[in-house]
Amino acid sequence: MKTGGQSRLKETLAGGGFAVTAECGPPRGANADAIHKKGDLLKGFVDAVNVTDNQTAVVRMSSLAACVHLLEMGIEPVMQMVTRDRNRIALQSDILGAYSLGIRNVLCLSGDHQSLGSQPEAMNVFDIDSVNLLHAVHVMRHEGKDMSGFTLNVAPDMFIGAAENPFADPLAYRVVRLAKKIAAGADFIQTQCVYNLPRFKEWIRLAREEGLTDKIYILAGITPLKSAKMARFMATKVAGMDMPEEIIKRMSAVAGPKATEEGLKIALETIAELRNIPGVRGIHIMAIEAEEKVPELVKAAGLLPHPQR
Amino acid sequence: MIVAKQKPIAELKEMVRPYQKLLVLGCGTCVKTCFAGGEDEVATLASALRLAFGQEGKSIKTEELTVERQCEDAFIQEAAQAVNRNEAVLSLACGAGVQAIARRFGKAVILPGVNTTFIGVLEKPGLFTEECAGCGDCELDTFGGICPVTRCSKRLMNGPCGGSKNGKCEVSPDIECAWQLIIDRLTALGQLDNLKRYIPAKDWRSSLSGGPRRLIREDHVI
Repeated sequence: MKTGGQSRLKETLAGGGFAVTAECGPPRGANADAIHKKGDLLKGFVDAVNVTDNQTAVVRMSSLAACVHLLEMGIEPVMQMVTRDRNRIALQSDILGAYSLGIRNVLCLSGDHQSLGSQPEAMNVFDIDSVNLLHAVHVMRHEGKDMSGFTLNVAPDMFIGAAENPFADPLAYRVVRLAKKIAAGADFIQTQCVYNLPRFKEWIRLAREEGLTDKIYILAGITPLKSAKMARFMATKVAGMDMPEEIIKRMSAVAGPKATEEGLKIALETIAELRNIPGVRGIHIMAIEAEEKVPELVKAAGLLPHPQR
Repeated sequence: MIVAKQKPIAELKEMVRPYQKLLVLGCGTCVKTCFAGGEDEVATLASALRLAFGQEGKSIKTEELTVERQCEDAFIQEAAQAVNRNEAVLSLACGAGVQAIARRFGKAVILPGVNTTFIGVLEKPGLFTEECAGCGDCELDTFGGICPVTRCSKRLMNGPCGGSKNGKCEVSPDIECAWQLIIDRLTALGQLDNLKRYIPAKDWRSSLSGGPRRLIREDHVI
């Protein structure tokens, strides 16, 4: 297991490469086979694999453990951390532990509210918010200190990510918040799934005008649709999603396996457009339980080989 | 005010079942204002309990009394005789009132008649909303008078999260996104720059997280 060295994702982005990352949701159980299977599918096609942290507030294998399974396979993980379930003490502790195990990328999130998950009776934590968390990791890395000011024997040299939703309201303020995340120490941004390209372009134009795209690597979110049902579900049930009616119409016009093809086609068109938008430095593919489609998508998008280094 | 909601009659009935003589004790301040525990609610609840037990062929004697504030000893003392001549007290005060009564009357059985819900306001007839979490370190000056600790579902100090849509919270379309409200208000006040500043991790020592709180006023100590 590789425990030394720097983030390869950082090296790729700093070297000017167009990064490709994919998402891997850990299983709802203690068997790591699902991680190995997803890892096998993604290996060689992406720069890093982003491991969710009890996404949608459903109990799953921990992100940290799943990241270690991927590391053992020679895959670089991005460990997601939400502030919903752990206080600052636990979060900092896990950052240190993760770094000691070879994890070099962390994505700081607040997390879906537990009322949307499988155990709505749980108490949330939200001791700190996602911006506080990325600031804490930044200080750990730059000053070698934890949040109490205690000097760490090894400063975790994490490549720090944050999420941003260009489609959430209010639009003008999304850019202010992006600036705040950059100031707090974010190195890269992963966006919500892009279906509404005009809105995404407007957001990144505002970010460019503020000079923000020179200060942070933006990875645009891509989720290939599988069916019209999925498109409608995302339009109505998924928090913070912007699904234009024309996408639903396109998906509704085709049926069965053709729908999957149409979904991939939409994703490829979106990727092609994204690559031409100044400030977009890569894509993050969230193929929810359809990781087998990622290699095909990456290949068809002309984005091989990955990792580039 | 402190907003409370009366417990369901079925739950209260089982709670008071062991007692034949019950004092239903109202509180004339917050819980009266939110229609949970003033004179009217005391009268209605006492007769509802008598009726419910009557249907079972069981009788219960209820005495009704409402004091101005159950959280203040000066008012609590007015209830002393009534407390002593009953087997139990069903207090319709908030949790502070229930505990103040329990503290004052060491040997009396004190039962809670309401669920204390939050510190809030009557937003419009029939709607009470939570406004303050009593965190002990008010920062409303930064946020245009809208509290993110209380009114953002994730207590975000550097919000909003990605779940804010059309001014509503991801938790429920009935919940206003506090951050939308904050941004709108600061925009109207010309103070949106407040939000460009990074708000550091909140110090929760002044909140319940720091353990039960006490406030000592040296100038009032006798």
